[in-house]
This record gives sequence, C-alpha cells and structure tokens, in this order.
Amino acid sequence: MKCQHCEKPATFHITELTGPDVVELHLCEDHASQYLDAGEEKKASPTLAGVLAQQLKVGQTAEELAKLDQRTCPVCGITFYEFRSAGRFGCPHDYVCFENELEPLLLNIHGKTRHLGKRPRRHAGHSQRQTELIRIRREMKEAVEKEDYELAGKLRDDIQRIEREMQRGI
Amino acid sequence: MDTNIQIDQLAAHVGEWLRGSGPESDIVISSRIRLARNLAEFPFVRRCNDVDRAAIEKQVHSALLRTNVLRDLLYVHVDKLGDVDRQFLVERQLISRELSEGKGARSAAIDPGEKFSIMVNEEDHLRLQAVNSGLDIERTWQQINAIDDEIESQLTYAYHERLGYLTACPTNVGTGMRVSVMLHLPALVLTRQIEKVFRSLQKISLAVRGLYGEGSQAMGDFYQISNQITLGRSEEELLQEVGEVIPVLIGYERRAREYLVSQSHKDLHDKVSRAFGILSTAQTISSEETLHLLSSLRMGVNLGLISDLEIPTLNKLFIHTQPAHLQKLRGIELDTADRNIERALYLRRHLGRGDAPTEKN
Repeated sequence: MKCQHCEKPATFHITELTGPDVVELHLCEDHASQYLDAGEEKKASPTLAGVLAQQLKVGQTAEELAKLDQRTCPVCGITFYEFRSAGRFGCPHDYVCFENELEPLLLNIHGKTRHLGKRPRRHAGHSQRQTELIRIRREMKEAVEKEDYELAGKLRDDIQRIEREMQRGI
Repeated sequence: MDTNIQIDQLAAHVGEWLRGSGPESDIVISSRIRLARNLAEFPFVRRCNDVDRAAIEKQVHSALLRTNVLRDLLYVHVDKLGDVDRQFLVERQLISRELSEGKGARSAAIDPGEKFSIMVNEEDHLRLQAVNSGLDIERTWQQINAIDDEIESQLTYAYHERLGYLTACPTNVGTGMRVSVMLHLPALVLTRQIEKVFRSLQKISLAVRGLYGEGSQAMGDFYQISNQITLGRSEEELLQEVGEVIPVLIGYERRAREYLVSQSHKDLHDKVSRAFGILSTAQTISSEETLHLLSSLRMGVNLGLISDLEIPTLNKLFIHTQPAHLQKLRGIELDTADRNIERALYLRRHLGRGDAPTEKN
C-alpha cells in the first residue's frame, strides 16, 4: 500500500479514534512522523492566549469581552486584546492596570498570586516616577509622529528633569 | 580586545560547564539558573522602539560598568554580529535564539569561562544566567544571586510588593527564576520509558525541554528539566523542587542502563560500537545523525563499553560539531553539504585511531 500523501510505501497504519468519526490513515515514515508531531503540538500544554480565552469565556458576554479587549493601559498604550493575543505585557504598569483580569490567569499558571522570595534591596520607592517616565516617553514619540515638535520638546525637558531628580535620589 | 578575536578564542575552547567533572556528571550535564529582570522606567522590550532599545542597552551597559560584574567579561553587541557568530553563541548556550534573532540594540556580557552570561534586551531587559557542570544547583544559585545583588545596586528593577519581579510574560513573574538541569537520558529513551517520566514531571509542574530550551526538540537524548512556577514560592523552595526530582531521574536512568547491560548486553555493545564505527570513519555526516550517534557513544563510555575515550572529549564533540562551530573553527562560511564533510573530518580527527581510513588531502 502506498502512503496517502506520496509515492512511498505506507509503513504506518493509524486508526484515529479521538474525533467524531473513526479515521484510518496509511502513511510513510516521514508523513507519519509529521502527522504525529502535529498531534503532539495540539496536545501540548495550553498556550497563554488559550488559557486566557478560556477564562474570559466564562461568565462574560461577547459585549463585555469586546469592551474589555479595548481597555488600554494609560502608561504604555497596550490594549487588553493585544496582551491577550501575544501573551506578553507592554510595561510593568499593566500588572496594576489589568490586575483583576490577571488574577485568575496567575492562579492558573502558578497556583498562587502572592510573591514569596527575594526583594530588591533598593526597592523602587519612587516607582510612580518611573511609570511616569514610560508614559511621557510614549507621549513624546506620539508628538514626534504628529510633528508637534513644540510639545515633543516640552516632554523631552520633563523626561530630563525626572531623570536628573532620580539620579540625585530626590 | 577585538570582539571577533575574543569570539574566535571562545570557539577554540569549551565552557567550564562541559568539563564533565561536576557531581553525577555521567548523567547530569549542567545546572543552570536564569533570572528575568526589567528596568522600572521603560516599557517591556517588545513594546520598545529602536530609540528605547538603544537607551535601555546604554543604561544597562553603563550600570554594569559601575559594578565588578563586567570585570574580565566579554561584552558583545549582538546586533552588530554576523549570522555565524550569533549562531555560534546560541550553540554555545551563551545567548538564546530569541536574543540572536531579535531586533534593535541588544547585547550579551559573557564570562570567558562561560560560567555566567547576561543578555540585554531579550524578552526582558535583563536575563542573567549562571551555569555549572553536573548537579550543582545550590552553588549556581549563590553565584547568580550575588551577581543579581550587585547589578541591582545600580539599577531600579520593576518590582511589585505583591507580585514580585515584573516580567514581560506573566509565566515568569514573581521570582523571575528558571532553574534548569540538563540531563543525558539515553537509556530511558531506549527502553521507551521517557514519555512516562515526562508525564509524571508535568503533573508536578516541572517542564521538560530539549537541548536549546523553549520550543526546541530533544536532540541527542538531552533534556532540560525546569520549574514552571515562578510566583508564590521562594527561590529556595523552587531550587528544592527541581533539586529533589533530579536524583530520582538519575536513579531511573541508572536502572535502565543496568537493565540494558544485563538484558541486552550484546545489542547495546553492538549499538555503541557501530556508533563509534560510523563517527570515526564517515566521510560526510549530518548534525542530527552526529548527535544521535554521539549520544550512544557517550552512554557507551559511561558504561565502560568503549575505552580510551573521555567524557569531556565527547562533550566537546557535541558542541564543536554544530553548524556555526564548524564554520568558526574552519574560519570560513560553509553550506550544508560542506559542513557535513567538515563535520566528518572533525570527528575522524578526534575519534580516528589510525585504523580508520582517513583521507589525506
């Protein structure tokens, strides 16, 4: 018997019972390993985006979900939808901004939601100022894109002032 | 010193972690710990434009220069390296594929002994890693923890009272720590028990990955076991969780080896001898076949089936026969067909015993 996908002899005869119908496959070694590898990927641990999508379906209407997806971090400008699709945050402030949505996700991944362990010795006491820097830097980029150089210049001065203050430990 | 010359020097040697002398080093290749850290004042790397990336790189570099960490370290601007050099550093496990293939300003600080390295602008602003030969988790943690303390004295990390160190991906938040132990498990593969082992590891929240970490296939029967959880457990607890399971796996692998020796000694000896035969005489050989055969050979040496061959030599062959290494050692770029010839030549030189037919050219 020939492989279903090429001219090589079929050396693997697979009976797939997982779907609604019984499917018989006759494959050569290469196509069998391709097929089996693809199956493994599907079975692999759920992706972050998958876990999120699963959680969001529970108890939320499509309308609520669409609204949530549009929520935007005021600091870095990432939308919840962007986070949900990529599984990566835009800036540290997202952890605060999307705190409620994140809680079940963290539970799912880590089983806990409270950090135990090392803390930086010089803790970011003025972390608000760092967050402010992320926001102003973004606003400056946007101003440059809009060719509003007056605003961009003002924002650049703000950035430099904050950086200087941080350096002097104010 | 010129970066290229320094990379060439790295290519000529092998890292400390491959010397094969640490505890349980017949089965445990290395113990590795990485910490993910981010600066509080920039977006995460994916959200950064070129200007941000350059600013982060500059800020981290100058902070590192104010510490003792960079003393003797090779500082490499990865974005300015050629393809072969970047690939070489990946094969050497000094940088990740993600850093190699990333965009914008990004760099790596590398200890010439290859016991630790720092990546700047990978998925997180900073990724620190320390690695030791054999099963040596506790010492590895002490080393990386000290380096983290020193760097932190110069930079303000993104940290949240309740959530710990903040990372681009919520799977790393909290400690930002990944402990991974690389094991060579050929007997568990041969006796088809490896799948069972993996399933039980997944149940206790440990991840199994291939030779090159996330998303990589298991090659040459090498597997990395690491913690999946990073939040809600202290570093010590995480070290312990990984540390506890490794001796169990070592025990399984040893038992599987004993079983193979007692039940199918001839077959095993045959397999190992054939591996040696091919590796020491082939005229052209792929990277995949080489890894596969070296794996058999490595087990054979550990079981005393092959004499006059040392584990550090084999460890070196695993690394030096990879594509970018061959090109670095030869000093020219080679296509796949030429690499296969070069690889066979390299193997014959290191394994050939005079009786092997070696072409003179």
